[in-house]
Formats: sequence, C-alpha cells, structure tokens
Amino acid sequence: MIELVGVSKSFGANHVLRGVDLVIPRAQSMVVIGGSGTGKSVLLKSILGLVRPDGGRITLDGEDVLRAERDAFLARFGMLFQGGALFDSFRVWENVAFRLMRGPAALPKPRAREVAIEKLRRVGLKPEVADLYPAELSGGMQKRVGLARAIAAGPEIIFFDEPTTGLDPIMAGVINDLIREIVVEIGATAITITHDMASVRAIADRVAMLHDGVIKWTGPVADLDSTPDPYVQQFIHGRATGPIAAVR
Amino acid sequence: MIRTTAAALTALLARIGRPVLTSLAALGRIALFAAAVIRHLLQPPFYWREFGQSLLHIGWFTLPVVGLTALFTGGALALQIYSGGARFNAEAVVPSIVAIGMARELGPVLGGLMVAARVASSIAAEIGTMKVTEQIDALVTLSTNPMKYLVVPRVLAATLTVPVLVAVCDSIGIAGGWLVGITRLEFNSATYLANTVDFLEFWDIGSGLVKGAVFGFIVALMGCYFGMNSQRGSQGVASATKSAVVAASMLILAANYVLTGLFFTS
Repeated sequence: MIELVGVSKSFGANHVLRGVDLVIPRAQSMVVIGGSGTGKSVLLKSILGLVRPDGGRITLDGEDVLRAERDAFLARFGMLFQGGALFDSFRVWENVAFRLMRGPAALPKPRAREVAIEKLRRVGLKPEVADLYPAELSGGMQKRVGLARAIAAGPEIIFFDEPTTGLDPIMAGVINDLIREIVVEIGATAITITHDMASVRAIADRVAMLHDGVIKWTGPVADLDSTPDPYVQQFIHGRATGPIAAVR
Repeated sequence: MIRTTAAALTALLARIGRPVLTSLAALGRIALFAAAVIRHLLQPPFYWREFGQSLLHIGWFTLPVVGLTALFTGGALALQIYSGGARFNAEAVVPSIVAIGMARELGPVLGGLMVAARVASSIAAEIGTMKVTEQIDALVTLSTNPMKYLVVPRVLAATLTVPVLVAVCDSIGIAGGWLVGITRLEFNSATYLANTVDFLEFWDIGSGLVKGAVFGFIVALMGCYFGMNSQRGSQGVASATKSAVVAASMLILAANYVLTGLFFTS
C-alpha cells in the first residue's frame, strides 16, 4: 500500500502540491486525473524519490520512501514515461533488458535478450523490432517498448505517466487495454496520471482528482459519473465553466 | 540630495553584487558537483562499458582535430620565432623554443581548448537531451545512478585521455615546426632535431601532461554539469551546450595560469 499524507512541494513561488492525502491499496489501479500543470507528474516523481517533497510523508508498506534503501526500493517499481524515455543509443531489446543486465542478479546477455523479446511479444511487438533503435519506431511502438521495459523485471508497482498522450484514438485504446491486462495479469499496484477520460474508464479501479495542489475527490471509477463533486463533473464533461478556471 | 546619492550608491552596489553572488553560487554548485563525482568514482559499481566508449569518443575521435591544430600551430610558431629571433640574430633558437613552447603551453592549452569545443559540447548536448526527454529519470527508476553511469565514466576518461592527446599534440606540433624549419627556414634536419632534444627537459613535457589531466577533468566536468542541469526544451539544451564550452574554456585558461605559476615560478 502506498500512502501520502500532507505532501507538499513548491518550485520557487509556484506551490504545486499543497497537502496531498491519498491511499493506494495493494493490487489496485489508481488513476489520478487533473488539468495540465496541476502537479500530477510531480506527485509520481515524489513517490519515486525523483523529487523531494518539502513537507508531508510518503510511505510504501509503512516505510518512509525517503529512508528506504534506494536499489531495493526502486527494484519494486516500473515506470512508463510520457515520451517513452527510451535510451536513444541502445537497441530496443537493450532498452527492455536494461535492468535485467545490471545489478547483482544480472542475467547473461543471451538470456536477457530472450526475456526482452518475450516482453516485446507480450505488448504486441514482433521479435524483428528488437534490433531496431528507438528513433526507427512510431510513437505507438515506442510506448509499447516503454511498457515492455516497465514490466520486464516483474515490478510490484507500475506508474504510467500520460500513457496515451500523442497517440491516435485506436492506438490509445490498444495501450489502455494492454495496461489493464498487464496490471491484472501480474497483480501489480498501478498509478496512472492522465487527462484522457477513455484511459480513466479503461484502466482505473479507483480515481483521484488533483486540483490546486490537493486531492479534491477520490472514489471508485463506478462513482465517477454519479458524484456531485463540481470539480469532477466539470473535468469529466470538459466544461469551460465551473470551479476550475479555464485559463491557468 | 543625500538620500538620492545613497539610493544611487545602493543600486550601483546591488548591480555589482548580484552577478558576483550569482557567480560565486554557481562556482559553489560546480565544486559540490565535482566532489560528488569523486565520491561516486570511489564507490562501486563502475560501468566499464561506458568508460570504454568514453575513452574512444573523447580520445580517439578527437585525435584528428587536435593533430591538425598542433601541426599548423607548430609551423606558425617556427615562422614567428624565426622572424622575431632574426631581430637579434637568434634564429638558431627556433627548434628549442618550438619544443618548449609546445610542451609547456601550446600543446596543453590548445589541445584542452579543442577538446573543450568538441567534447564539452557533445557531452552537454547528449546529457542535456537525456535530461529533457526524461531518460535520466528513467535511469533512476531502473536502479541506475546517473552520476555513476553517465558522469563518472566521462570525467575519468577525459582526465586520462587528454594527457595522451597533449603528448600527441606536442609531438605533432614539434613535427610541424621541424617541417617548416627544414622546408622554408633552411635548417638542417639533423641539427634541428638535435637542438629540439638537447634543450627539452622532462618537466617541460611532464608539466604539460599534468595540465592536460586537469584540463580533461575540467572539460568533462563542465559538459556533465551543464548537461545534468539543462533546462527544458531545445533552448535549454542549446544554452547548456554553450555554457559548457564557455565555462570549460575559461576555466582551462584560468587553471593554466595558476598551474604555470605553481610549476615554473618557484
């Protein structure tokens, strides 16, 4: 279980997070929604320790994430980045097998390649893709490779940062379905940040709405449409008028 | 009247003080970054593959640029010393002055500046692009420390290879002087070479190699520092690249003065 209590973070005068309280139960898929620039990425990066919060506490199974032994802590995570964040200088299979070939339990190169190809197949990519470089792939294929890399070492927790941004609706649907299938298949705890409502409905068990640096609403995805919360209603229906200012 | 003068004076002090404070803060951050590099260098793991690639990239691929620079500089130096020396009938010092000048000053400084132009820029652009495309964050999530994986191999490779480049630069520069000496200045080849060897001392070459190591450290450190601190977008990467080259060049020239003072004025 991941728990955030009163997490705050500012960049200069910009108060991005102002006291976020959120609980993500084990093996649940939590989707955090909110407008652009509301601090969703900062929230994910704070949990991973990529950004150090100014205040509050983040725990993973009761242990403070800032005090955890970094390698063991990060070994439990996988992350799909918004732009893929694939390493340009490595071939696709080397990207997927990056973690598998390093550390005390490193696999030999041929075995790591086999696992990488297996993971690529799992996300719907042919083995021929393995020897290409990321720049030779389309945006959708890069997302799939990023997904294969995120799940390669069998993580307990997976983060998805805007997984469908920049994709056409059909490819976005394919990625959403893949994410849902994989999360259920490996029983992972998942946190996805997005403002794509199709993603929310496809991926989420629970939804949290982040606005103005705090969680305005959280609940099961089934309650999303029926909640009277004005922030959620404005956001999911894409209305220009409401408590969320259209110009931020 | 007094109040206006005081306000003007305060404004003037503020205008001087602000850039001084900003520069000192930047120097402090660079010093902390350098300390972190050394700390990570001494702690495992060490990424041999990345180190090998950096050796190749910084050392081998920079060789043509440094070699050509040295060849032309050595030749021009021979011409200058010959025409300058002719004023007091000292044309015969050309071989020894070319050798000493190349080994002590021009080899390390020009070699260092050429490496700064080629290597600091490419390191800053590469790491800066990785930063803005979240590849550095991806490294962290894959349990790989970017300081150990990206910075340490590059800084160590530059520190070890730039002295070798300086040695090559010295040799080619001296050869350039010899070529001009025997083809245009009517020197006898054997006499030119004998004068070069006779007057060159070990410390002339050794001091240049030590300078090379310091300059190599500076070049890679600046490339990595500005790359790791690159701001968003293509402008951020462009700015990081420019700052890395400018800072590396300035620090090389400043360090050269300090080292020359240390080595040759006692």
